[in-house]
Amino acid sequence: MGPASRTTLTVNGREHTLTVDNRRVLLDLLREDLDLIGAKKGCDHGQCGACTVLVDGRRVNSCLLLAVTLDGSEVTTVEGLAGPDGEPHPLQRAFLERDAFQCGYCTPGQLCSAVGALAEAAAGHPSAVTGPGVRAGDPVPLGASEIRERMSGNLCRCGAYPRIVEAVEDVIP
Amino acid sequence: MADAPAALGAPLIRREGLEKVTGRARYAVEHRLPGSAHAWPVTARVASGRVLRVDASAALAAPGVLAVLTHENAPRLAEPDDPTLAVLQDAHVPHRGWVVALVVAETLEAAREGAGAVDVEYLAEDHDVLLTPDRPDAYVPEKANGGHPGLREHGDPDGAFASAPVRVDTAYRVPPLHNHPMEPHASTARWTDDGRLEAYCSSQGTTKVRQTLATMFGLPEESVTVRAEHVGGGFGSKGTPRPDVVLASMAALHTGRPVALALPRRDLPQLVGHRAPTLHRVRLGADSDGRIRSLVHEVTTHTSRVREFVEQAAVPGRTMYTSPHSRTVHRVARLDVATPSWMRAPGETPGMYALESAMDELAEALGMDPVELRVVNDCRTEPDTGKPFSSRHLVECLREGARRFGWAERDPRPGARRAGQVLTGTGVASATYPVLVSPSTASARALPDGTFVVRTNATDIGTGARTVLGQVAAEALGAAGDRVRMEIGDSDLPSAPLAGGSSGTASWGWAVHEACTRLARRLAVHRGPLPQDGLEEHADTAGTADAESDHARHAFGAHFAEVGVDTVTGEVRVNRLLGVYAAGRILNPRTARSQFVGGMVMGLGMALTEGSTVDPAFGDFAERDLAAYHVPVNADVLSVEAHWIEEDDPHLNPVGGKGIGEIGIVGTAAAVGNAFHHAVGVRMRELPLTPDRVLDALARRSPERGRA
Repeated sequence: MGPASRTTLTVNGREHTLTVDNRRVLLDLLREDLDLIGAKKGCDHGQCGACTVLVDGRRVNSCLLLAVTLDGSEVTTVEGLAGPDGEPHPLQRAFLERDAFQCGYCTPGQLCSAVGALAEAAAGHPSAVTGPGVRAGDPVPLGASEIRERMSGNLCRCGAYPRIVEAVEDVIP
Repeated sequence: MADAPAALGAPLIRREGLEKVTGRARYAVEHRLPGSAHAWPVTARVASGRVLRVDASAALAAPGVLAVLTHENAPRLAEPDDPTLAVLQDAHVPHRGWVVALVVAETLEAAREGAGAVDVEYLAEDHDVLLTPDRPDAYVPEKANGGHPGLREHGDPDGAFASAPVRVDTAYRVPPLHNHPMEPHASTARWTDDGRLEAYCSSQGTTKVRQTLATMFGLPEESVTVRAEHVGGGFGSKGTPRPDVVLASMAALHTGRPVALALPRRDLPQLVGHRAPTLHRVRLGADSDGRIRSLVHEVTTHTSRVREFVEQAAVPGRTMYTSPHSRTVHRVARLDVATPSWMRAPGETPGMYALESAMDELAEALGMDPVELRVVNDCRTEPDTGKPFSSRHLVECLREGARRFGWAERDPRPGARRAGQVLTGTGVASATYPVLVSPSTASARALPDGTFVVRTNATDIGTGARTVLGQVAAEALGAAGDRVRMEIGDSDLPSAPLAGGSSGTASWGWAVHEACTRLARRLAVHRGPLPQDGLEEHADTAGTADAESDHARHAFGAHFAEVGVDTVTGEVRVNRLLGVYAAGRILNPRTARSQFVGGMVMGLGMALTEGSTVDPAFGDFAERDLAAYHVPVNADVLSVEAHWIEEDDPHLNPVGGKGIGEIGIVGTAAAVGNAFHHAVGVRMRELPLTPDRVLDALARRSPERGRA
């Protein structure tokens, strides 16, 4: 191994301390070191979103983050979305019910991205299509066009987009 | 849940759905084999020539690098049927992006560093990569893809065209397109101590992968196992074995370690096939009532020096419309380019873009409604073969689509709907896709606990194959679906054809149906408890599934599109897409809708955003990654509806489906293009409809056009 650093990450509530190749991205740490293969490698360039996970509650392309820069962070992957009793997250249920995927390869990224997008809207983050009627800092109401915009960093070559939007709409409180 | 007994036709949720949404589904390089190493390819930097020398010393000196395979030290393999798989076998470079070395290392990072450190010296030769309509070296192939004759001619197409009262003579261009499934082409391979080769491979059909590896590595087929339990899409590009599985197997043999190789995204356009560019000339000569007298569709395309593959884009003209005089012909030029191959509905997709655009132009020339023009030219026998259609509900799809879409309210004048800077228009196009079916085998076993195990080496690339085959089995067995376990995606299972050509469900389903029907008959007369390991029946549909039919068998459909064109920015938005399909029996409406919609979304990409360019200087594709090659994103896709007309066609197969994986893409781009013309009054004949081209087209508009 080349230059490496001891790094501690909390992943899905479990703390891991690892000696990590300084070149290793979070995605490869999750997949290769922790066998959390839910995060997918589609492009390895931050262009497809299949590797989306949550770092400290915010969605990120895990293929673009060097793992050693995240020391002390909390990471949630698709494997960590289920409830403590193992009950699937409402979004996971909605994806099943709506058939919001086909091959399933982009799905973990879509799910993590949707969780992140819902939190961002609730925290008042506007998007490119947020209208002027929404006050800065107020929760942004999520209609289909907001969901489409906010989910556009996650490619789905099977073309499940309309069903993904419906599934996200299903869980909006 | 609606389950037994009428399992077929029920909208069941995917059997592997929970695994996919929880991240537990393992794909090709996610099987953690002890001692695994990682591989990274080095690809050719010249478009034609040979490798003079590979200096691997710096790569081998990098920490963690285990080996560098080149044509000088890689295992010698027997010649494969598909020469694109003969990687690292000689110094020849047939196109830029060809694999010239493979680095194997302890980690991904080390493999990548090693690949960057391999120094390759080439002898570059002149290359020739540009396709033009008038290349003198373009030839008419004997066969195009799918075994279709390169040329078909009926009557006197030129004479009939010349004398037709209404004529359209026009040309279209479809650029190279890339499949880009979200999971790249990837394999993990290992050799066991007793000399067996085992691989996990992201493939649409591992029976063929096993055959190929057995041939190339000189093994009996029983000594090779290839698994593909979950596959992250393919769209044709994983329909045949690809270099990843050969390279991983060679690397595993060379190093004695299991080796995982996922091809980098940027290498896919060069290594896994692409939809070849097609240059179309279409001539339609019609009577004044719209009936076509002469149909001429001439297609020029490219293939590589490695293998002849001819996109059969003139083939739809042999099926679609009345045409007593016709010529449908392909010409292909062999260039120093990557080898094209299957991409969703090869042939039909670019071919129907051209033919259905020309039909729109003909309707305009006739002053006729484009739906009615298609209805007038409907036929009961296939023009090329003279065979009666087993079922053909194109007109019903057009009528039903028109009703649902609100076509009757359409003002036929182009450029008549303006709101601010946006012009809106609507368009229609037909779709067709042949019914393909291949022989398959399957087994069905009844166990003493009342459950069943059904086995066939089908592949679920996202179609819902596992689920639908479970429904076929449950219905044939008269059992509840949850009593039937499906085992697929493993070449040790009863052999089966690939998931391709929209033929999977028909092919596998036929064998599953037959095995389960036999088992049900046997169980009906069985007395007493079942033996401990149960009762099993097998089926092999060779000789029946592939029997020649007296009928022409095709699915049909109709696409309707509404687009808005921003006259200031040149942006085209597809506001609505609506498709109606007649594709036999729909076996699972939930998963079927996803397939239709998915095809339409890919067609939307073809219409608006997707296009690749052969770089004349370098010889490979300029758009190699997902930042340059724009597949549609969520925000591009507004309203997409898929509907269908149930067909009860006795000439198909026991499960009654025609195949649904491809027809959704077929007419979409033409419908969008025709809607664009209706919106702005300018015809664009080259895809995709990107803002730069749209603004050029709008600038060409005569001032009186487009003002209602």
